[in-house]
Amino acid sequence: MALKTQKLTEQLELFGCIQCGKCTGGCPVARKTTLNMRTLIYHMLVDADMDVDAHQELWDCTACFTCVERCPKDVEPAELIISLRGELVESGRVPETLGTALMGIFRQGNPSGMARQDRELWAEGMEESLERAKGLASHAGSAQEECELLYFVGCIPSYDQRIQPVARALLRTFERAGLDPGTLGTRESCCGNEVRRMGEAGLFGMLVEENGELLRGVGARQLVTTSPHCFNTFRKEYGLDGMEVLHYTQLLARLIEQGELTFPEPSEARPGEHRTVTYHDPCFLGKQNQIYDEPRAILEAIPGLKLVEMDRRRERSLCCEGGGGRMWVEGTNLQERLAFQRVQEAAETGADTLAVACPFCLLTLEDAVKVQGLDEELCVMDIMELVDIALEEDLDP
Amino acid sequence: MQRLSLTLMGDTMMEQKPRIGVYVCHCGVNIAAVVDVERVARAAAELPGVVVARDNTYMCSDPGQALIKQDIREHGLNRVVVASCSPRMHERTFRAVAQQEGVNPYQVEMANIREQCSWVHRDKGRATEKAGLLISSAVAKATRLEPLEQREVDVTPGVVIIGGGVAGMTVALDVANTGLPAYLVERQKSLGGRVAELNRTFPSLQPVSELLPPLIARVQDHPNVTVFLRSCVSQVEGYIGNFEVEISGYGETGTPVGGDPGSKSDAPRAGLSVGAIIVATGYDVFDPDRTPELGYRDYPNVITSLEMEERLIRGDLTVDGRSPERVAFVKCVGSRDARVGNSHCSRVCCMYTAKQSRLVREMLPEADVTVFYIDVRAFGKGGEEFYDEARSQGVRYRRGNVSEIYRKRSAPGVDGGLAPHAGAGPVVLVAEDTLLGQPIEFEADLVVLAVGMEPRKDAGVIQQLLKLPRSADGFFLEAHPKLRPVDTAMDGIFLAGCCQGPKDIADTVTQAKAAASSALIPLIRGSVPVESASAVVNEELCAGCAMCVDVCPYDAPTIANLWRTSRINPVLCKGCGACAVTCPSSAIRLQHFTAAQVLAQVDALVQ
Repeated sequence: MALKTQKLTEQLELFGCIQCGKCTGGCPVARKTTLNMRTLIYHMLVDADMDVDAHQELWDCTACFTCVERCPKDVEPAELIISLRGELVESGRVPETLGTALMGIFRQGNPSGMARQDRELWAEGMEESLERAKGLASHAGSAQEECELLYFVGCIPSYDQRIQPVARALLRTFERAGLDPGTLGTRESCCGNEVRRMGEAGLFGMLVEENGELLRGVGARQLVTTSPHCFNTFRKEYGLDGMEVLHYTQLLARLIEQGELTFPEPSEARPGEHRTVTYHDPCFLGKQNQIYDEPRAILEAIPGLKLVEMDRRRERSLCCEGGGGRMWVEGTNLQERLAFQRVQEAAETGADTLAVACPFCLLTLEDAVKVQGLDEELCVMDIMELVDIALEEDLDP
Repeated sequence: MQRLSLTLMGDTMMEQKPRIGVYVCHCGVNIAAVVDVERVARAAAELPGVVVARDNTYMCSDPGQALIKQDIREHGLNRVVVASCSPRMHERTFRAVAQQEGVNPYQVEMANIREQCSWVHRDKGRATEKAGLLISSAVAKATRLEPLEQREVDVTPGVVIIGGGVAGMTVALDVANTGLPAYLVERQKSLGGRVAELNRTFPSLQPVSELLPPLIARVQDHPNVTVFLRSCVSQVEGYIGNFEVEISGYGETGTPVGGDPGSKSDAPRAGLSVGAIIVATGYDVFDPDRTPELGYRDYPNVITSLEMEERLIRGDLTVDGRSPERVAFVKCVGSRDARVGNSHCSRVCCMYTAKQSRLVREMLPEADVTVFYIDVRAFGKGGEEFYDEARSQGVRYRRGNVSEIYRKRSAPGVDGGLAPHAGAGPVVLVAEDTLLGQPIEFEADLVVLAVGMEPRKDAGVIQQLLKLPRSADGFFLEAHPKLRPVDTAMDGIFLAGCCQGPKDIADTVTQAKAAASSALIPLIRGSVPVESASAVVNEELCAGCAMCVDVCPYDAPTIANLWRTSRINPVLCKGCGACAVTCPSSAIRLQHFTAAQVLAQVDALVQ
């Protein structure tokens, strides 16, 4: 199917492009696949039609938005990819695995297609805490049941066995800090961040409408997420006026700074962690939302922990390839994974722990550590898990 | 200080019976294609007071002007109405025509039937009708126009120049060479500005050491130039021809210190009376901390172009004691980049990069020299030839701007220690070669970031002091981009050099000489004409309420006389009319826009 380029070119204001190549130059996947943002834009500018089907590399994009960050002319190259994916989605020509993920979200509210009623299984063993949390928000919409702080767990932390402990650690830490969070319980659905980036604008619109209504009904002052992906879309694409959308690292850094959350000093019974940690900036937290300092502030506050930096950090952090729907599409080059490169870089710092603050990063990088045979030297942990260990009650009674 | 010389131009101020000539311009097809010019001219001939009405292809042309002059003589016209373009375009032209034939220039009225009619309408019939109305309105006003006095104010010879770089020094010398005093105010402890930090200039490759010290010496030795070092302008009052400028010492903290007796400033506080002020405050160099993806803060072998100049002066290009084998240049750092707030092109980086790359080729013949660029802008005289020479000497140009710079830990020269920034091993430039359409990783031992120019961070101080507007890019705004490039919105204040926008040394000197000559015009003439269409107070009606003082943006009215009534300084008054409409006693009359004149115009339009 040939796409008429004119309308989309005008809509996305691609005319500002000067073909400088900073987008493709900075694109983490351009070096391993045929994806070239600059030439895609050029075709849009000079050709009347585009054969979108011929560009299967569109599915390689991780929506890390490095191209958007680097563009000197405020063109948003990644938005073109999202729109072109939309053309493919519209006509049903999507990779099968992606179709399954979208269907899962449509039917069960999560990309794994797991049952909606199982959404709270993550809190196993913490039923009491969850019951309290749920009680606050499960009557969403009724004015009497307002809660100050709403915790949006997210799909992966709810269902994935590797990430569930991160959500539990977060819930425990809320309680330690004397916070009283609510959750949406089984009414929580996918935030849609990846849905939009996979090009499924219709489904995304539906999610924004339904989730938005639910969230506003709770009347929370603050909305905290486990994932930078949920955080990103709630912050930028939902129009949640009057609600402060926070990633958990922001809230934790704030609590630590205000003295609401303190780590016990190392003692004989508690010799401290003695970990050397390097931190990987997730794209949706760092590049896309400029949250670089808070995660580091948390790590530096943990007694006994030593933070070392990778060369590529902050604005230059290397994408793990988990975003933009890539958790459900392999892309055109399976052999060279950026995550492999990334864990090597982490290992080169001499760190024993690679800290992340994103469920996708945790999964992709942990997988890469195994494939690269680095399990002896490096473990991948979410900052939340490190905080939880440091706050744990006396290990030996 | 202010002495008004009154000269009555043209007719006597006695009551005249209006004899009006109306001239309808075709402006080629600009007006004539939409407005039936012959018809509106015929209709105008019927209006009361109109003696003659004509249409002509171009009224502003010599034959057009001659037509008016001939009619004034033959028909004894005492008022002229020209229906053509905006008065901003040609009012001065037609006023001069009238004046040459003895008609007071303020008895000329314009009807704008181009910008406000033919250019914005398509319907010929209705456009013609509107043009007719605009002309009757202008005729109605012309009937009531009064001759106004042409006034002049004396000037104080002398110029204050703010900034002692190449621009400021050039102005100072031109002013001083006419015999007038030039006061050069520089914040630093020496003259020379940014050029003093450079090695050689393009395209001649002349060393700055041959160019700058003689210039500084000529300035310092000139009997008519007074140099204030470590000083700044702290206060400015007055108007064109008569400015009072206060000079204070400039402290280490960047604030005036002259008034404080305990300060260590070299310069005493001084008060100067001058006729003109030239702003030559220069630019700031872009700080690549604002493009963190280029790793400037992280790697000692990633340097700015200004640091490269310093290395070229020292003749030392080594990195960690070794001669670099691969030297890369990255263009447009902090220029043409909306992200960092600099959408403009800095105009010099392409040429100084060509210069630096050539010098590196000469110093290190074995080294690979590669320039990453988006576009090469070698526009100045000799620029393209200089760029040709750089390439013919083996400088490689690769099209594609660098997106990121990082260092591979495994790269040679870096030991795998824990400290992330130890040593100065080669870095990797991540880019796309856009001509090949291929993402590339390019290793280099030394990287030069071609940083651009941006407005001074403290440009706001001068902006407030002199009430100068700035353009969207933050540089000071010239009065007109083409026709008044060194003037500002403030009469008597002129711009020179990079404070107005990025430019190279040659353009800076050109502009500085233009600014000097523009500033000197009133100083050599000895007086400046003052706009006569200004506000005057009828002191018998004025109650001294001072509301006019509050509304005037130019500080023209004062309540200072014995009777506590308002008086408007006609030199400061710009004729905006704010006071006239504010005055509760109707004591203020705005000449050339009196209530009777304006109401007559309105009446003509609504009849």
